[in-house]
Amino acid sequence: MNDSGYDYSVVKGFAFSALFWLVIGLVIGLWIAFEMFDPVLNLTPWLSFGRLRVVHTNGLGLGFGLAGIFATAYYMLQRLTRTPLPFPGLARAHLWLFNIAIAAAAVSLMAGLNTAKEYAELEWPLDVGVVILWVMFAINVFAILIKRQEKQMYISLWYLVAMTVTVAVLYIVNNLEVPLNLFKSYTIYSGANDANVEWWYGHNIVGFIFTVPVLAMFYYFLPKATGLPIYSHRLSIVSFWSLIFAYLWTGAHHLMLTPLPEWIQTVAIAFSIFLIAPSWGSVVNGYYTLQGNWEQMRTNYLTKFFILGVTFYGLQTLQGPLQGLRTLNAFFHYTDWVVGHVHMGTMGWVAMIISASFYYMIPKVTGRELYSVKLANIHFWLILVGQLAWTVTMWIGGIQQGAMWKETNPDGSLTYSFLEGITSLYPYYRIRFVSGVVYFIGILIFAWNLIKTVRQKPSASRA
Amino acid sequence: MGIYSKPVVFAVISALVILVGTVATAFVPLFMPSTQPVSAYVKPYTAIEQEGRDIYMREGCNNCHTQTVRPLRTEVLRYGEYSKAEEFSWDRPFLWGSRRTGPDLNRIGGKYPDSWHYRHMQSPQSMFALSNMPPYGWLATNRLDTSNSFRKTQILGYGYTEEQVKQQIADCKAKLTATDYDSKTTRDQVTPEALRGELTEMDAIIAYMQKLGRDVKAMEAK
Repeated sequence: MNDSGYDYSVVKGFAFSALFWLVIGLVIGLWIAFEMFDPVLNLTPWLSFGRLRVVHTNGLGLGFGLAGIFATAYYMLQRLTRTPLPFPGLARAHLWLFNIAIAAAAVSLMAGLNTAKEYAELEWPLDVGVVILWVMFAINVFAILIKRQEKQMYISLWYLVAMTVTVAVLYIVNNLEVPLNLFKSYTIYSGANDANVEWWYGHNIVGFIFTVPVLAMFYYFLPKATGLPIYSHRLSIVSFWSLIFAYLWTGAHHLMLTPLPEWIQTVAIAFSIFLIAPSWGSVVNGYYTLQGNWEQMRTNYLTKFFILGVTFYGLQTLQGPLQGLRTLNAFFHYTDWVVGHVHMGTMGWVAMIISASFYYMIPKVTGRELYSVKLANIHFWLILVGQLAWTVTMWIGGIQQGAMWKETNPDGSLTYSFLEGITSLYPYYRIRFVSGVVYFIGILIFAWNLIKTVRQKPSASRA
Repeated sequence: MGIYSKPVVFAVISALVILVGTVATAFVPLFMPSTQPVSAYVKPYTAIEQEGRDIYMREGCNNCHTQTVRPLRTEVLRYGEYSKAEEFSWDRPFLWGSRRTGPDLNRIGGKYPDSWHYRHMQSPQSMFALSNMPPYGWLATNRLDTSNSFRKTQILGYGYTEEQVKQQIADCKAKLTATDYDSKTTRDQVTPEALRGELTEMDAIIAYMQKLGRDVKAMEAK
């Protein structure tokens, strides 16, 4: 508690949980990146690529991503409603249960308890746990909104409400399963239906965890960090509603040219192209916010994070719909191109926005100055260079593999075996590993900077 | 101003907005038989094949292997006939995958003899020096647990009686441990002596590999 009555302990708790799972998730990422060019690290079943890859995706998506969202959400909700958390005890229980659940998730996935549905791999007892955690969060969200002192709900709150509602629908529908015992279940959907429900979920869980709440942070922390109001309220209204409407139609672009009925694929392509508009609505809103103040890119270390972050969001949301087009998809799908695409979003957009939000928020909630702006700048450049080298390498590798799969001899036979295609990528995999190390060093500096910040004496002027 | 100061109304409207696309593209197809057609040619997995499929999921094989051949010329050349929706009517969950670090497996059944798979699972690098596939020799040191096999086929609606499941397990065991089994030498090499007379997890996953695409090949042969 501080003088305004806001409860920041849970904000801090989730922020440092996010940092912890970020470091763990990246170590596993580096481990599996190494396994891609040298299988020697598949030391035991628990460390084999097939099991560890899902620990990496779940650890970073659920562990880092969700913890970062909860930290900033508990902060933004209190500030934007000018109301203390209605149920601080519940929020603290949420924090503890969250960390227990992520640890249990990591262990169970390494043990091979895996439903094999992408980003929904957790077995049913953990699914129940996730739903309980979500309800615990939602109670505070809606209670604080109902009790709020500030009449208008700011843009960021719209995005948080949309996330709270949509993630619940997605998670429950896709995880309906029949238990065999405590450790194993079978989904209720079969074949093409299962594929369709899974990618409706898979696409939108990424959208409503890696886009929607990160936009909430962007719309809140960009004006705070720059001292500039958002350029257009009307544009943010149009962007919001068209984004959450169109997103749900696009899952099947992950299933191009599979046995899924063609009409579902075609509808998904159309809405994917449409999605460029609301996505770029937010990008443009961010850029215009800086109108006339672009010198902040030099003078304000936080502005760099936000503007580069939203730029990667913009690139991401152009690249995604294009990959969904049938002809391009026929070339790029199943290659490392898509892996590069995903990582520009996560390592670029998500990590940069969460980093900057934490740099702004942690000093505020602890009443301490940031330990070092210089270290924050080094962090920025390392994760920027690491991410770009990482993603561009994967795009090149993806183009190469796609081309080798398609190459035919004059007599019509295939030029390359599958093995020749994958082994030709090993040099790229080595570059990717090194880029990942650069990125990881940047993240370690980030974590160090925040740990040093909270360990300082409180500064005289409390924010 | 309107709904921006009414959180509950706002949440309800948001829910309705996200449900439009959800209902149209995810819920409605569930009730359209054309989404997942069925074919009498496509048979459910045997109890052992299903055990193999569960091991495939446990080991996360779907993170590197797809199981859907697209209707593209070079893809059909590489893997065989492209995938049809009918083939997946028994698959819970679907295992189409999203990345090919390894080749597609939807037409792997019958492509190689069992002995090829035993050697390859034991050490992919012994057959392809530069392969990045993890070795799975340890699957042959695990006795296959068939205590849940019948219940699994019940949940999945395969329609076997308990007797039929027992028979399937006994048949598979008899085939693999027979002295005239065509892959006996290789199986014995990778399987510890104590387990050679039993079914192992390796046996099950190879049975699953050999099932993939087999029904379609049988249909084409007619």
